[in-house]
Amino acid sequence: MKSAKKTKLAGMPGRLCLVITAGAMLVGLMAANSSGLNSKYPPLFKDTTKWPATFGFGRTATVAEIAKWDISIRPDGKGLPTGDGNVSKGAAIYTLKCAACHGVSGKEIPGIKLPAPALVSDTAAKSKPKTIGNYWPYATTLFDYVRRAMPYNLPGSLTDDEVYSVTAYLLSANKIIQPDAVLNAQNLPKIIMPAKKIFVVDDRKGGSEVK
Amino acid sequence: MEKEQKHHKEKSNSNISRRTMIGGAVAAAIIPVVSSFTKYIQAGVPVLSLVIDDPTKKIGPGPGKLGKRSPFEQPVKKPSDISSRSPLQDFYSTITPSDLHYERHHAGIPSIDPNQYELLIHGMVERPMKFSLADLKRFPSFTRICFLECSGNFRTGKEELTPQDILGLTSQSEWTGVLLSTLLREVGVSDKATWLIAEGSDAAVMTRSIPIKKALDDAIIAYGQNGEAIRPEQGYPARLLLPGWEGNTCVKWIRRIEITDQAYMAREETSKYTYPVNGKIRMFSFEMDARSIITFPSFPQKVEKGWIEIRGIAWTGRGKIIKVEISTDAGRTWGTARLQEPVLDKAHTYFRYLWQWKGDATEILSRAVDETGYTQPSLKQLVDARGADLGGYHLNPVTSWQIKPDGSVLFKPENWK
Repeated sequence: MKSAKKTKLAGMPGRLCLVITAGAMLVGLMAANSSGLNSKYPPLFKDTTKWPATFGFGRTATVAEIAKWDISIRPDGKGLPTGDGNVSKGAAIYTLKCAACHGVSGKEIPGIKLPAPALVSDTAAKSKPKTIGNYWPYATTLFDYVRRAMPYNLPGSLTDDEVYSVTAYLLSANKIIQPDAVLNAQNLPKIIMPAKKIFVVDDRKGGSEVK
Repeated sequence: MEKEQKHHKEKSNSNISRRTMIGGAVAAAIIPVVSSFTKYIQAGVPVLSLVIDDPTKKIGPGPGKLGKRSPFEQPVKKPSDISSRSPLQDFYSTITPSDLHYERHHAGIPSIDPNQYELLIHGMVERPMKFSLADLKRFPSFTRICFLECSGNFRTGKEELTPQDILGLTSQSEWTGVLLSTLLREVGVSDKATWLIAEGSDAAVMTRSIPIKKALDDAIIAYGQNGEAIRPEQGYPARLLLPGWEGNTCVKWIRRIEITDQAYMAREETSKYTYPVNGKIRMFSFEMDARSIITFPSFPQKVEKGWIEIRGIAWTGRGKIIKVEISTDAGRTWGTARLQEPVLDKAHTYFRYLWQWKGDATEILSRAVDETGYTQPSLKQLVDARGADLGGYHLNPVTSWQIKPDGSVLFKPENWK
């Protein structure tokens, strides 16, 4: 505990700008955080004691641990696994594992309330109900959601190839891709969904205007 | 099949315990030292049979391990397949008893062993880390009161609706946890990061994209609710809490936070929790705008002529409520309600307004004003702003109750299509 350094822990609760004495390693850590634990992690409350650069609670996550849980798919395709699927295989899986809740065709059946939403319609933005064809802005979301949450009674039970196939079938049923298409990590993110152009980011801001 | 059998077994168990309960009730009628009044009620024993003629002449039950409600008070949530609504009309103030907190799940309530629980934070960080529940509890902790509200919180369409039916998908607790900014400081977030992905460990592995700015502002990883461990329905053992933001963003049972530089366009932020605005679809609507509801008088209560204290709650996701206005003449004139202090940031605020009812048919309304200057709009204002094809999300119109000459109170449904 020889090397002393004046460091402003401004971002920290307390921010009394105390002179702190720390070991060389700690100083290194603080230097890495530069002047700005303050500005970077703005404090919500004032503490009576100066916070250390780190508390040291928790442990480093391993690459394998991250890989096991990191299942999100980005719109640009990052996260998509290897493998592929096609429409006909997807149709078979749909009939077996999806149709019971979403209906034989995935289309809305007038007068009948299905246990799960309709998935298929024409792609006109005004058409009802909201389906993949007229309301889903990204094809990657379909893969991501089916893989993480479907089928409802056995979530996460489909193989990656099966998820590609179900995705292909649903996109084909909504007439977004051709019936002979084979989907994989390269071409899935390139699909432009009909609904994408109608999505806008919230612009409400409070104040006197009703939006 | 296995599931069915399990179901059957549970059912027959409950039959047995019901019989036991009835036996217990008989005993209770003789010996007033009882284990659970509530069970008698469930077994169908009239409340009156529990009343002792003169309570000053009989020694009552002694202290117990768990408190319970008076058998005369039976507030309950109102469940559907996917949600359960808080009985707003039964509350005298703004902390929701934890067992009456509203629920909204996307694949049921997961069962999580707190000893196995871990929160992973990774992505654009200096050091990806896992935190056990014990780790989370070691960090400097923080407590605050705020409301939660499902952004689909509004029902209308008929007169026989209670506050619970209309707006029961909101509740309020005192939450305790570690600020997310404290955890992000620990892992070291890249300057280029702008979003985070929050993911739950329910069977939907529910995911939302959240701007980092909110995480550094007032986000909490909460493990405490009203002084005890958070309830399973609210995210046990830990959840994300984003004060003032739509309930769905406050991911329950949180297990993973990925720091990133873009939104991932998860299902719950694209095909759900979005709504039509003038031919477009509005997404990433995070803040809950100001709204209010009169919880007394309300359907199916009846009022008597004379003085009535109109009561209710108002709230906003954008700060504090600064004013609640009340009309007792169907919106022609407005008076100012008294707000219960302290008025808290992003919190249910209890209001009261004295009114002398002379017995004429009328309508009573409330409207909230928040500190940004936003006034809770009428349904017409919302339709004018968004178009007639309003979705069900972020719909916060002023609502009114009809008071009939006989004192009955009915909701006033409004149609806009």
